[in-house]
Amino acid sequence: MSFPLLTATAAVPAIGAIVTAAVPSARRTAAKWLALLFSLATLLLAGVVGARFDPGGDRYQLTESHAWIADFGVRYELGVDGIGVALIGLTALLIPFIILAGWHDADPYETDSKRWRPTQGFFALILMVEAMVILSFEATDVFLFYVLFEAMLIPMYFLIGGFGDRAAATQPAADAAGGSDEKAAAQRSYAAVKFLLYNLVGGLIMLAAVIGLYVVAGNFSLQEIAAARASGELEMATNTERLLFLGFFFAFAVKAPLWPLHTWLPNAMGEATAPVAVLITAVVDKVGTFAMLRFCLQLFPEASKWATPVILVLALISIVYGALLAVGQRDIKRLVAYASISHFGFIIMGIFAMTSQGQSGATLYMINHGISTAALMLVAGFLISRRGSRLIADFGGVQKVAPVLAGTFLIGSLATLSLPGLAPFVSEFLVLVGTFTRYPVVGIIATFGIVLAALYTLVLYQRTMTGPVKLEVAKMPDLRVRELVVVAPLIALLIFLGVYPKPVTDLVNPAVGHTLSDVQKKDPKPEVEAAK
Amino acid sequence: MENLIALLVAAPLLGAAVLLCGGRRLDRGGHWIGTLLAVVSFAVGVLLFTDMLGKDAEHRALHQSLFSWIPVEGFQADVAFQLDQLSMTFVLLITGVGSLIHVYSIGYMEHDERRRRFFGYLNLFLAAMLLLVIADNYLLLYVGWEGVGLASYLLIGFWQHKPSAATAAKKAFLVNRVGDMGLSIAIMLMFTTFGTFAFGPVLESTADTSEGMLTAIGLLLLLAACGKSAQVPLQSWLGDAMEGPTPVSALIHAATMVTAGVYLITRSGAIFNAAPDAQLAVVIVGAVTLLFGAIVGCAKDDIKKALAGSTMSQIGYMILAAGLGPIGYAFAIMHLVTHGFFKAGLFLGAGSVMHGMNDEVDMRKYGGLRKYMPVTFVTFGLGYLAIIGFPGLSGFWSKDKIIEAAFAYDDGIRGWIFGGVALLGAGITAFYMTRVMIMTFFGEKRWQPDADGNEPHPHESPKSMTIPMIVLAFGSVFAGGLFSLNESFVKWLEPVTQFEHPHPVISVPAITASTVVVLLLGAALAYVMYGRKPVPVTAPRGSLLTRAARRDLLQDDFNHVVLVRGGEHLTRSLVYVDHTMVDGVVNGTAAGFGGLSGRMRKLQNGFARSYAVSMFGGTAILIAATLLMRAV
Repeated sequence: MSFPLLTATAAVPAIGAIVTAAVPSARRTAAKWLALLFSLATLLLAGVVGARFDPGGDRYQLTESHAWIADFGVRYELGVDGIGVALIGLTALLIPFIILAGWHDADPYETDSKRWRPTQGFFALILMVEAMVILSFEATDVFLFYVLFEAMLIPMYFLIGGFGDRAAATQPAADAAGGSDEKAAAQRSYAAVKFLLYNLVGGLIMLAAVIGLYVVAGNFSLQEIAAARASGELEMATNTERLLFLGFFFAFAVKAPLWPLHTWLPNAMGEATAPVAVLITAVVDKVGTFAMLRFCLQLFPEASKWATPVILVLALISIVYGALLAVGQRDIKRLVAYASISHFGFIIMGIFAMTSQGQSGATLYMINHGISTAALMLVAGFLISRRGSRLIADFGGVQKVAPVLAGTFLIGSLATLSLPGLAPFVSEFLVLVGTFTRYPVVGIIATFGIVLAALYTLVLYQRTMTGPVKLEVAKMPDLRVRELVVVAPLIALLIFLGVYPKPVTDLVNPAVGHTLSDVQKKDPKPEVEAAK
Repeated sequence: MENLIALLVAAPLLGAAVLLCGGRRLDRGGHWIGTLLAVVSFAVGVLLFTDMLGKDAEHRALHQSLFSWIPVEGFQADVAFQLDQLSMTFVLLITGVGSLIHVYSIGYMEHDERRRRFFGYLNLFLAAMLLLVIADNYLLLYVGWEGVGLASYLLIGFWQHKPSAATAAKKAFLVNRVGDMGLSIAIMLMFTTFGTFAFGPVLESTADTSEGMLTAIGLLLLLAACGKSAQVPLQSWLGDAMEGPTPVSALIHAATMVTAGVYLITRSGAIFNAAPDAQLAVVIVGAVTLLFGAIVGCAKDDIKKALAGSTMSQIGYMILAAGLGPIGYAFAIMHLVTHGFFKAGLFLGAGSVMHGMNDEVDMRKYGGLRKYMPVTFVTFGLGYLAIIGFPGLSGFWSKDKIIEAAFAYDDGIRGWIFGGVALLGAGITAFYMTRVMIMTFFGEKRWQPDADGNEPHPHESPKSMTIPMIVLAFGSVFAGGLFSLNESFVKWLEPVTQFEHPHPVISVPAITASTVVVLLLGAALAYVMYGRKPVPVTAPRGSLLTRAARRDLLQDDFNHVVLVRGGEHLTRSLVYVDHTMVDGVVNGTAAGFGGLSGRMRKLQNGFARSYAVSMFGGTAILIAATLLMRAV
């Protein structure tokens, strides 16, 4: 038996979580370093997965399969395709930066050292989430996936509810000491519960669909069911397929999140610390869009096509609505959250356009959105921690006192508005082209998103960074070395993948080809060729 | 030879990277690095140009393929360059004028503590602009297109601590984004129609598709051109862009970037030639803008804004010419090049005046400056004569040809209309430029001490500033004549743009004669209004038209009422809807399913943890149950 590489990639952060949690409180710093070390080891393993994976080879590679709950045919079955490899890479890449950026986020309160603040717990939870997310990208057993999909809510819940920002949006730093602390805690707890409830409801509906699938198919193996579906061995009544599809899709749409199921995201991202907000939108939410590609399209191809028009409309609403709401925000983190909702609209639109460009673009979009949001949000976090406020109006003229911080924030903003030359442009354009070839009107309306994106990012930049220096930011220090170590590689990646995205597209293209043949869709031919 | 093409972009790009990441260490010598790399790019351009001249006209185009950029099934975008006569013309203009303006900026920005960064941005601009003109496909062109937009954004807002500069920069980017939407959708349409967006295949197979499709693509490209080249209805950003340092106004907002729209239309000539309706739209946009800009230029007291109005108007001429098809392309580009010389020269002259006048921009506070800055006066004066089309100077040769071509639009009424507009524009140009000239250099001195009691001491600028002005003045005087000698410029471009001789509705000598008469009338009127009597220091109230023109013909008022106000109401109400209704409906639905909202209320009261525990417990029970089942 060969070395279980995929299991190891998920097991290392899981072990890391346990080890980190076990470090005694007095050795807080050691816990941080341990967590960082384990996340780097995971990155290394993810690199090995990428190297061992052959894009031209079998659809699922590095497979592992063990019996787990034999009575229900539940197996511990793993395997990755190009899309999975890319997303594992993204996750493993971002976690070290998240840990570094949040280095001091869970330190004990300076004013009130007696209050309990489990520093090790913070980092252990992050590693726990990483392990579950990676395993969910690997799981090819529907039940196994479901369990992970639900289980990752628990560490996320504690990360949001337990370790919020110390600066409440409604209260400037000056009076943060008194009663507003409690108010902030209440808001945080509301956000965490909202996150949990939304996702739990989605999960419960999915559970029903998972059971339904078992009743129809007799097992949980994605590969077996998909093969049986493709060969015609497994017939599903139209209504059954549609209902099951809806059950799965609903859960993924909550997680993604798709309009109108999005309202938990701004609360969660606003209340959580910036690194945790990145964890939510750049990593955990990607499981939703990934699962649409892997489970919805493969298991229920006909129903997917049936639902496409409605989903495209919802995605379009997400794009425009998210962007418009971002324009109207007064809180930096909520602004980024609404921008993410707009971007998830693009991803979902790309998936359901069912063209090569659309789906390759959507997969690339997941990667690029992860990196660009991480860059923007983490710099925003550094900014917020310096001022003790998330309100845009509390800043002004920062570029004069902290030019490097302002510069990196600008690059993050430009990535968010998909400036050509940076990575997100490639994916956004692919999604737009891929949609346009099949649904021109949808493509054109979505293009309005690029104007709105410029509006919300540049207005944010103008209000916080330019103009006369505000008194409260006059002494703001520029980026520290630790912060530069977080931001510089992310920016380098944004530029690299903007100029040379080929390594990722090569990885993703064959997987997209498989998915398209699952749904039996061919790209529309160019008009000139079609005429001949 | 073709392997050198990438170096054109690489040199200034390297400069930008080094200067922007280099940190304080480079503060002392950074401007030299930036200037050197601009000159390197120019030298490479000249080398390629001499090589190109050695070949026969039909085989001059060079091609260099670097790597596959976005390879996706059915979709191919490469990083590949194409250098033909059209691109070459731009390369020389961009790197030549660009290098001069780098030299000028050494002196102009001497006292700015962020000079290194300024040169970094200038280098970034050069790299993006060169990419725009040497890309061999529309998507790569788009990268350059937005790259120059970014550089323009950074440079307009260079003095970011001024809120007006930051606002102007954002406005320029946003308005341009509207145009970019057009380019984006045009590229998508090309992809669905031709399966590619590389210049060669697209422009060669226009015959395979319908005129309607080509018209749609053409109109979208026109929208893009309107944004970048500040043409009506996307013109509103250019006046505000004058917030940037003056060398930026000269290079980006006069000589090069704003002409990218003309390049786009000329490059896409094959599409427009087959879509007469789109061409008509181009001509109309050009004609409207050339009047719009000229009228605005007449009313401005800010020397840079007057010149900005003029730029808009002159680009209107180019766009009009480009819309005329093969009778106009070559003249559009010729006017673009001569305009590059004299308008850059005029802006540098304006910068020189401001340099000596404590950064005062109001022409009503100038007067009689010819005695104090003789070099600036002479070079600006030559630029002035060139732009109004004084016979023999550069502008005369290029603008006169455009007026002729406009009269040749067709045999009927349209030829008369477009020709008449172009002719009228020449008269207004002479008026507003004479006004600028008189208010700045002639008459009595009108400056006074400012609020702090500092009286300006006008003086000539240092050599690093005057030498570029002198070089550009030479171009303003001789370039047009040189290009027209033997029709050399037209013949040079013909293999790329095609050329047909225009047949105007009235005879060519009659057109030339009336152009000269019209410009003399315009100049004389300005002399009567501003030269014969003293210019008041505070602007008179003026007629309704003057007041409207001072406000840029109410463009911003319109935008504010329709777009800004409307947009604010929309976003504000959406924020409200999202907080109350969407959230409420989803929660309500959930409540319908199982009383979740009631539980939610409970949870908010502090039972959150208990819920999490119960959920955790639930999962545990589920797993335990399955394991138990398995054991049994």
